Parts: sequence; structure tokens; C-alpha cells
Amino acid sequence: MNLTDSTWAIEADGLVKTFGANRAVDGVDLRVASGTVYGVLGPNGAGKTTTISMLATLLRPDAGTGRIFGHDVVKEPQIVRQLIGVTGQYASVDETLSATENLVLFSRLLGLGRAEAKRKAAELLEEFGLTEAAKRPLKQFSGGMRRRLDLAASLIAQPPLIFLDEPTTGLDPRTRAQMWDTIRRLVSSGSTVLLTTQYLDEADQLADRIAVIDRGRVAAEGTADELKASVGSSSLQLRLAEPRDLGDAQAAIERVLGVRATTSPEAGRLTAPMQDADRVTELLVTLREAGIHLTELSVQKPTLDEVFLTLTGHGVETDDSVDDDSTEPQLEGSRA
Amino acid sequence: MTTATIVPGAERALKNHVSLGQTVRNSLSMAYRGLLKIKRTPEQLVDVTLQPILFTLMFTYIFGGAIAGDALSYLPFFLPGILVQTVITTSVVTGVQLREDMDKGVFDRFRSLPIARVAPLAGALLADTVRYGIATTLTFVTGYLMGFRPEAGFGGVLAASVVVIVAAWALSWIFAFFGVIARSAGSVQGISFLVLFPLTFLSNAYVPADTMPDWLQWFVGINPVSHLVTAARGLTMGTDVTGDLLATLLGAAVVVAVFAPLTVRAYMRKA
Repeated sequence: MNLTDSTWAIEADGLVKTFGANRAVDGVDLRVASGTVYGVLGPNGAGKTTTISMLATLLRPDAGTGRIFGHDVVKEPQIVRQLIGVTGQYASVDETLSATENLVLFSRLLGLGRAEAKRKAAELLEEFGLTEAAKRPLKQFSGGMRRRLDLAASLIAQPPLIFLDEPTTGLDPRTRAQMWDTIRRLVSSGSTVLLTTQYLDEADQLADRIAVIDRGRVAAEGTADELKASVGSSSLQLRLAEPRDLGDAQAAIERVLGVRATTSPEAGRLTAPMQDADRVTELLVTLREAGIHLTELSVQKPTLDEVFLTLTGHGVETDDSVDDDSTEPQLEGSRA
Repeated sequence: MTTATIVPGAERALKNHVSLGQTVRNSLSMAYRGLLKIKRTPEQLVDVTLQPILFTLMFTYIFGGAIAGDALSYLPFFLPGILVQTVITTSVVTGVQLREDMDKGVFDRFRSLPIARVAPLAGALLADTVRYGIATTLTFVTGYLMGFRPEAGFGGVLAASVVVIVAAWALSWIFAFFGVIARSAGSVQGISFLVLFPLTFLSNAYVPADTMPDWLQWFVGINPVSHLVTAARGLTMGTDVTGDLLATLLGAAVVVAVFAPLTVRAYMRKA
């Protein structure tokens, strides 16, 4: 075994997956170092889930290679499965069984003895604060409890690599924060975590490095700070009274803030990354002197939309039916 | 959270194949899941509780007089036949329920675990032998209440039951295959009954074959269901049916040998 094998938890080279005419994943390269949290950020249909499915041996790549701790996902799938835990909307628990029964079943499948499996189940339920709900049918579980049980089930074998597919989508803010804590504790025990998310702040909070995925490709990769630097720590949005002033306004922004503003699909709208919110005063003075009138002005923390706009030059696709994530549209309401 | 540190991937002893012992253990664990499911949703047992009673009563009184003079004389001939028909029909339900089950997220987790690939399917099919057992018991009990007294006694009934259940389990691999490749549970039922009706009705399950046209007699003769019915009939009557018994068991083995790998392959390819 050479050095590269043990350094990288995940090596993906040119992964491709096509569903009919749709190239869901179109040449994804990833390098995830052992013991780190890696965030894969992107909107619905970007190819996040499909990428994870291929790395977790659930889907066979049409092209490209994936290696988990040096083991090829196609040639040595059974070894890869011994090294990973998968949690996501798709790889969930059995709804007809209780929490304890689920954990006992998975423990037994992973080779634990009867008594050992019971002990492990009790231990995990305790750890994830589910002891009181252990015997209740899963239908009565809240979204947060379901996710915790999902996560507990993927930790039975203490896998060195854990895939978390949108671990907090659809959760309320408080439950979301609890989930973040859980993930942080997980990493402190030495696991490598690959998580996908639609939320920039989630990737920011948890991930050491982030890959932004768009239309099946990696649009940008780096640390949270590097990505943020490219979009600015906050973003300035302007709507002009006269759309024909667009060019002049863009020039003024470039002069004053030193950044290039992107025009939104909607006419008369400008978005610019900004490092220092104070500079907005100077810009407003400049615009007034130039006779450019505004109908709307706001300074916001960058959203996923801005990251996308800046990195890819187009907005987030609103069409949810594109591919793999289309199965959970009901969770979309909570995205705002 | 556990304080124990995770053993790094590079330092683990790993194998890329699953031993036979592990396959059996995994399948038994999955069968245990199947049993828990039956316990949780007893309403899905309707087909194996009501149907055997209803069919046995109905067909005995419809066909009995016409074929054997009276219902009671028809029973020794008919009961093994309706038993085979009922249990095989139940094995179709196995395929349908497997399809429904596979649409759930938990099957994706099974596929991500380092377990034998065949286990989730074999376990589900194994747990369903409980359903066949229930159907078998109720058919015989109904028959007994109607006056059925098999010559070979309880031992013969038991032997016939085991043979029918084994055959149904083997057949359920065919319907499991349909279950895996079909798009919906409804279509599984459609395809399966299309296969099932000719097989069970064009056999000697309901009537002796000697009044049928030659070509049909030929088909009834080679129909595996006829061999199974003859074997079950012989075991309950205490006659020698070694030939049919061997043909049935051989047929069952061939079906499993062909369809189990096919089904697992299709299951693994399913995205």
C-alpha cells in the first residue's frame, strides 16, 4: 500500500453518470483528505446525490474512477462497503420496525452477536438521545429524530468514512444546530465526513474544504474562506430605475469597489460581491453624482444563489425535476 | 459520542468477497426482519388466511359432485390440488411485496452494507415461507373439517406440506425476479398471474387429465405443477410417487439455480 492510498479518503477522477439524455454527473473530480470534513455544495439536481451514490457503490459510474482509501469502488465494492457509512434521504431506516429493532438488525447484519447487537443498539440510542423513543414506531418520529437514527445506524461499524447526504434539509433551525454538533463530535473521533448540502452556511460551519457542484461538474473548490473571498463576505444588490444605466452602474461599481458586478436575469438588477459593507456609502455617492437612480438597495450575506452567480455566471436552476434530488421536493419549502 | 478513535481505512483487514457462512447469517438476519414486518402488519396476511378457506370450500362444492359424484369423495383428490394452487398464488404476493419493499429507502442502505448481495432477497423470501405455512395449515384444517381423512395420516400431510412449501419458495424466485425488474407492484401482479393461471389451471390440480384433448394432456404431463400436485397427492394418500417427487425437487432446484442469480444481478443493477 503506497502513501497516496492512506492519505486520501476519497479520490474521484472524471466520474460520469448519465440517465437517458441527462448527464447527471459530468466529469467530477474530488480529493478528500483523511480526517477532514468535505462539503459538496449545490442546488437540487446538481448531481450531488448521484456522485455520492457512485462513491458509495450504489450506482455504477458510466465513466471515470472512484477510490475509497485506495480501493476502487467498481472493482472492490465489498471492501469499500466495509469502510463507509451512508446516511441520506435515500439510504434510510426501516419504517416498519422500531428504533431498537432497526439498530439491532443493522448490527446483526454487520456481524455482531445477539447480545452484542442489543448492547450496541442501546448505546447508540443513548448517545443520540433516542432512548425514550426506542420502542415507538418510526412513524411517530420527528424529522430530527429520524435523521439522528439514520446517522446512528451508519455508525455501528465505526466506518472511517461517512457520507451524509443533505443531513439537515427539512429540519428546523434548532434541530439543525443539534445535527451540526453531532457531526462535529463525529469528526473529532477521527472519521472522515463527506456531506452534501444546499446551504452555504452549513458548508461554512462544518466543512474544511468545499466543492461547489453545478450541472454535474465541480464549478469551484477550496476552503470556505477561499470560496467566500471569491464572492465577497457580503453581497450588494441594486435595482436601477433605468435599465439602460446598467453599463454605467457596472463601471461605477468596478471603479469604487474594485469588483465586477454580475447582471441578474431580471433586467436592471446588479449583484456585486463586497468585502467591506462600509464602502457602500462611497458607491452611493458616486452613483448619485453620475445621475443613476436606484429603486432598490440591499446588502446581504452571500447566498447560494450569489455563489452560483459568481462562480458559474448563471443562477440556481429552479427546475427541480432535473434528476436525482427530485424525490424530495416536499422538503423544499424549508429552504428559504 | 464514542471516545474511541476510528481505525483508519488503511489499517483494516478487508476482504472483497463474502463467505457462504456470512451469506447464510445475513439471510437469516433479513428473514428475521421479514418476520418482524409480518408481526407489525398482520393485515397483509389476509391472502393466506381467507383465501385458502374460501377456495377450498367453494371449489369442493362446485366441482365435487360433477367430478367425483359427491364433495367428500372429491376431497382426497382435490385438496392437494387446491393446496398447490393456493400456496403458489401466495408466492406471487411475495414478488409484489418485495417490489413495494424495495421502493423504500432502507433497501439502499442494505445495498451500501458489506453484506451478501443475495441476503435482502433471500431473507424476504425465506420469511415468506411462514405465509406458505399458514396457507398450508389452513387448507388442511378446512379440508379436515369438511371430512378429509388422508390415508397416509399426519405424517403424509406433513411431508406433502414441506414439499409444497419448498416448491413455492423456489417459484417465488421467479416472481421476485419480476418484482425486481418491474416498474411497479401492480405490473408484477399482472405479469405473474399471466404466468400462473395457465400453469395451475392446465394441470391435474382440479380434474383428472384423461378427459382432456391429447395436446392438452401432453402439456399437463410436462407441466411441473402437475408433478407437484401428483407428489402432494401421493404423499397424503400413501402411494408411491418417487418419480414425481424427484421431478418436483429437481425442478425446484433448477428454478432457484437459474432465477436466484438472475434476480440478484437485476437487483444490483437497479439504480
